[in-house]
Amino acid sequence: MKILVCISQVPDTTTKISFKDNDTAFNEDKVTYIVNPYDEWYALVRALELKEAAGSGNVTIITVGTATVEPIIRKALAIGADDAVRINMDPKDAYSTAKVIADYASQNAYDLIMCGKETIDYNGSEVGGMIAGLMDLPFVSHAISLQVADGKAVLEIDIENGTEEITASLPLVLSAAKGMAEARIPNMRGIMAARTKSIQVVEASEAPLTEVKKFTLPAPKSAVKLIDSENIDQLVELLHSEAKVI
Amino acid sequence: MAVLVVIETTKGKISKPGFEAASYGARLAEAAGTTATLLSLGEISEAELAKVGEYGISKALKCDASAVHHFDPQAYAKAALSAVEATGATQIVFVHDRCGKAVAPRISAKLKAGLVSGAVSLPEGNSVKKNVFSGKAFAEYSFNTDKKIISLLPNSVPPVAKGGTATVESFNDALNGYQSPLSIREKVSEAGGHVPLPGAEVVVSAGRGMKGPENWGMIEELATVLGAATACSRPVSDIGWRPHHEHVGQTGLAIRPNLYIAVGISGAIQHLAGVNGSKTIVVVNKDPEAPFFKAADYGIVGDAFEIVPKITEAIRKFKAQNA
Repeated sequence: MKILVCISQVPDTTTKISFKDNDTAFNEDKVTYIVNPYDEWYALVRALELKEAAGSGNVTIITVGTATVEPIIRKALAIGADDAVRINMDPKDAYSTAKVIADYASQNAYDLIMCGKETIDYNGSEVGGMIAGLMDLPFVSHAISLQVADGKAVLEIDIENGTEEITASLPLVLSAAKGMAEARIPNMRGIMAARTKSIQVVEASEAPLTEVKKFTLPAPKSAVKLIDSENIDQLVELLHSEAKVI
Repeated sequence: MAVLVVIETTKGKISKPGFEAASYGARLAEAAGTTATLLSLGEISEAELAKVGEYGISKALKCDASAVHHFDPQAYAKAALSAVEATGATQIVFVHDRCGKAVAPRISAKLKAGLVSGAVSLPEGNSVKKNVFSGKAFAEYSFNTDKKIISLLPNSVPPVAKGGTATVESFNDALNGYQSPLSIREKVSEAGGHVPLPGAEVVVSAGRGMKGPENWGMIEELATVLGAATACSRPVSDIGWRPHHEHVGQTGLAIRPNLYIAVGISGAIQHLAGVNGSKTIVVVNKDPEAPFFKAADYGIVGDAFEIVPKITEAIRKFKAQNA
């Protein structure tokens, strides 16, 4: 089984977000980058588990970015991916990202193309669905479990009062949500092995369909109003008359 | 310049975010001097669907073919693409729910039309605002394409009633001969009656401060009195005290209720990333230095085991007086 896992570089969750160039660009100063958690913890780890269970197969990671993203590619290789593809393009929007990935994937006959449910920077939930649309493949989004047997994938998604079990033929594009796998910490052997694994660089370009014109930060939150634990009625009164939420 | 709104209906009803999207689409149409059509996907009665007329939709296309009885993004997208063609829509609106997250990108790819997902306001000129960096900032996006797709973040732009009526037409022909690549089986695992977390207006959430799963009774009781959904922090779902689908935060679910009550949760930045869109936050914690107090509107410092039952009682009293 050949699996392609799409990963994205995102600022670490604890990053203090600021902007530069008249608020038109993200300020990368002192920012630590990580693999987008949904891509890493859920999609990549589950892909590796499937390969291990089958005893054969290949897990390739793909990311779109300039050479600066190589550290997070090495991290994903250290977790256990077999090889990597870097599409050498500065990703400007979800469509251009999805298009260059779909173009690459179309030439390489993957059984599964896996993404995280969204990235924690642009929060779009777009790339997976776009890849599926561009390649005319079925798509299951926000899957919380994934099994593969007899050339079919069986997935679960959360619904209001339970789950839905979805059986899909391969090839399939899916996005992974919490529950699909548990995070893995790369061990020393994985880290050493990652140094010599191949990163194929593919040139591509695609015009974005949308662009960020300006970033803004939310207005600072006013200070918390502390309420005496002996006077809970005051809380109810404030929630009713001031916050107007009950 | 026509506008098309695409919504999913569940259990024969239009959700509140569905009405928000209908109204949003009608306002886009009004600004462009055109009309707004709505496509409903899923089972619904004509009378129920006609309600979108109140929010300014002039025509509703009803697609309730068996292919959309379960959530198959490909079937939904096929119907939506037919509706785009039939209406000549150049502005397409979705709810940023599971339908908008799976179907809008597919439409965007097929039409090569720009998509801004999770918009939080009406467009200004060619640009529209959305949350980025998990609620820590906003970005104004502009479109480079003539056809524009927007998915609207629930609970962001309140619907405006206009008092009109909508005609309803069947739109099942769009899926004639469609064969789904997915077979879907529903597994209902919980008793009905509880409030689903994703769209809940009030959420009561608790963390490690509860000391054990056996102490969740008081959290559930407070949620019941408020008509709220229950949620939890990541450590609590990781240890198995609560189910994974209740985990809100960076790696779980992001929610934006009107009222979020956090009990015994310290407020790590990863947790805040999932709840910072809440309109009002109440924090109960015994540690006055808990970082969550900095993000809270109202705070109570003290023992959850004493305070939560008191809040429940006070809310109950308030509800009885205001019933």
